[in-house]
Amino acid sequence: MTAAELAIETRGLTKRFGGYAAVNDIDLSVPHGSVFGFLGPNGSGKTTTIRMLLGLASPTSGEVRVLGAAMPRDNASVLPRVGALVEGPGFYPYLSGADNLRRLDSADLYAPSRTRSARVADALERVGLSAAAGKKVKAYSLGMKQRLGIANALLTPRELLILDEPTNGLDPQGTREVRSLVRSLASQGTTIFVSSHLLAEIEQICTHAAVMSVGSLVAQGTLDQLRDVGRPRARVQTPDPQLATGVLEKLGMTVQQLPPDSVDTTVVAIFGDKPVEPDTVVAALVKAKVRVRGFAVESPSLEDRFVSLTGEGFNVDH
Amino acid sequence: MRGSTLTTNTIRTRPASGLALLGTELSVLFRRKRTWAMLAALAAVPILIAIAVRLTRSGSGGGAGPAFLDRIENNGLFVVFVALGVCVPLFLPLTVGVVAGDTIAGEASNGTLRYLLIAPAGRIRLLAVKYVGAAAFCLAATLVVCIAGALIGFALFPSGSVTILSGDTVSLGNALGRSLLVALYVTVSLLGLSAIGLFLSTLTDVPVGAMAATIILSVTSEVLDQLPQLGWLHPWLFSNYWLGFGDFLRDPISWANFVTNAELQGGYIIVFAALAYGRFAAKDILS
Repeated sequence: MTAAELAIETRGLTKRFGGYAAVNDIDLSVPHGSVFGFLGPNGSGKTTTIRMLLGLASPTSGEVRVLGAAMPRDNASVLPRVGALVEGPGFYPYLSGADNLRRLDSADLYAPSRTRSARVADALERVGLSAAAGKKVKAYSLGMKQRLGIANALLTPRELLILDEPTNGLDPQGTREVRSLVRSLASQGTTIFVSSHLLAEIEQICTHAAVMSVGSLVAQGTLDQLRDVGRPRARVQTPDPQLATGVLEKLGMTVQQLPPDSVDTTVVAIFGDKPVEPDTVVAALVKAKVRVRGFAVESPSLEDRFVSLTGEGFNVDH
Repeated sequence: MRGSTLTTNTIRTRPASGLALLGTELSVLFRRKRTWAMLAALAAVPILIAIAVRLTRSGSGGGAGPAFLDRIENNGLFVVFVALGVCVPLFLPLTVGVVAGDTIAGEASNGTLRYLLIAPAGRIRLLAVKYVGAAAFCLAATLVVCIAGALIGFALFPSGSVTILSGDTVSLGNALGRSLLVALYVTVSLLGLSAIGLFLSTLTDVPVGAMAATIILSVTSEVLDQLPQLGWLHPWLFSNYWLGFGDFLRDPISWANFVTNAELQGGYIIVFAALAYGRFAAKDILS
C-alpha cells in the first residue's frame, strides 16, 4: 500500500513521559475509506497516540502523517479536514449546547461564519440533540454530552473522523445510533478512526483494526487478517497430561497445561505450522495409550484474540 | 442520528482572520455569570463610597481616607476618582487576575482547549485572542467603576463645573473628557498584569492556581513599591504608576506619567507574551 492511500500513517511513533513510554515505536497504517478500530485496554496508549495524530502532543520520536501531511507541522492545513472526539467531550457548562458548538466552530478558521447557525443546527439534529439545543450543557447527561461531542466533530464535512471512545456513557440505544452514524459517514467516503476498549462495540462496523497493549501495537490489519492470525487449538481432557503433552509436541503443537481439576487435566495445544488433521491427533493420542476423555478443536473468535493480545483482567499495566 | 443535508461546499478555501473567534471569546466572557458578578462588585465600590459620604456629611475638613474624598461634596464626578483610587490597588487587580489567570487554564480545565486547538484555532492566534479578551475586560471593569461612580455621584451630589486638582475650574464636558482619559490610564495600567496572568495561565491546567499566582504577584509588586530601600527597583514594577492618573486632573495636563506607564506596560506585555508563546507553542496539551 502506498503512502497516498493512507489516511493516517505513523512510523516509529514514540511518546515518553519521563522514563515511561506511553506509546512505544508504533507503525500505524490506516487506509483511506476504512473504518479503523483502534483497540486496547485502558492505559494502553490509545489516547496519547490520538493526541499525537491531532498535533496536540509532539512525538518524542517518529513520524506522523495525516491525510498525506506531516503532523504537527501541518496542523493548520490538515485539522480543518479532520473531525475529532478526544478523551471525552469538553464544553463550557454555562453555555447551551448550540452556543458551545458555535464557539468551537468559530475557532475553525476554515468554517464560514455565514453558514454557522445552519451547520450547528444540522450537526445537532444528526446526533438527536435538536430538542436540547438551547439547554445549558451543565444540565446535560453524560450521554448527551457525548452526543454533543460527536456533533462537534461533524460541524463541517470531514475527510477523516477520529473518535476516541465515542460510545462512552451512551445507553445501548445510543451506542447503536453511533454505529449507524459511523456506517452512514463511512458510506459517504469518510475515513473513520475509532478507538475503544470494548471490541464488541465496534467489531460490527470496522473494516480494519489495530490492537494496542502497554504502549505497543501488537496486531494490525483487516478484521479477517486479525481473525486468521489466531490459530485453532485442540483441547484434550485426560488423566495422563504428561503423556499427552509428549504426543502433541511431537505433532509440532505448542502445549499449555491448565491447572488440573478433580480427576482430569485439560491440555490445550495450539496447532503448529505443519497442518495436522484433528483425527490424526486423536489417533496418535490413543496409540500412545493416552486416556482421552474429551477432545475439541476450537478456532478463537476475535474477542479471544483481543484478550490473548492484551491480557485479561482489569489491571492497568504500567 | 442521520446523514447530513449539507453539501460539501461548506469549507472555506482561505482561512478567516480569527475575528469570529474573538467575537465568541468576548461573548463567552461577558455572558458568564462570574464576569457579571465581578463587574457588579466593582460597581458597588463607588456606590458605597457615595452613600457613605452622603450619609455622614463629614464636611471637607478631615483629610483622612482615600484621595479626593473631601472633594465629592463639591462635585459628584469626584466619586469616580475616589472609587478608582480605591479599586486600582486591590479590586481591579483581583478581578483582572481572575480573568487573565483563567484564559488558558480555564479552557484546559473545561476540556475545551483541545477542541479549540484541533478546530484548529492556531496556538498563537488563540493566545492573541485570549489576551485581547482579557484586555477588553480591563477596559470594561474600569468603565464600570467610572460609569457607576458618575451616575451615583451626580445623583447624590452637585454636578456642574468642576474644580480640578490644580485649582482651575473646568466645564463639566471637559471634566467628563478627563474622566475618560483617566479610565484609559487605568486600563493601560492593567495590561501588564493581564500579560503576566496569560503567561501563568499557560503553566497549569488549574485555573484557580493561575488566578491566585497572578493576584499574589500584583500584591507583591505593590508591597515592593512601598519599600523605600528598593527605590532603584520601583520604576520597573508594573504597579509603580498605577495611581498616577491624577495628572489628568491638573492644568495643563501632563502626559509624562501616562507615557512612562504605557512604555512599562508595553515592556511587560512583550516579555510575558513571549514567555507565554514560548511555553504554549510547543506544549503538549494533555488536559
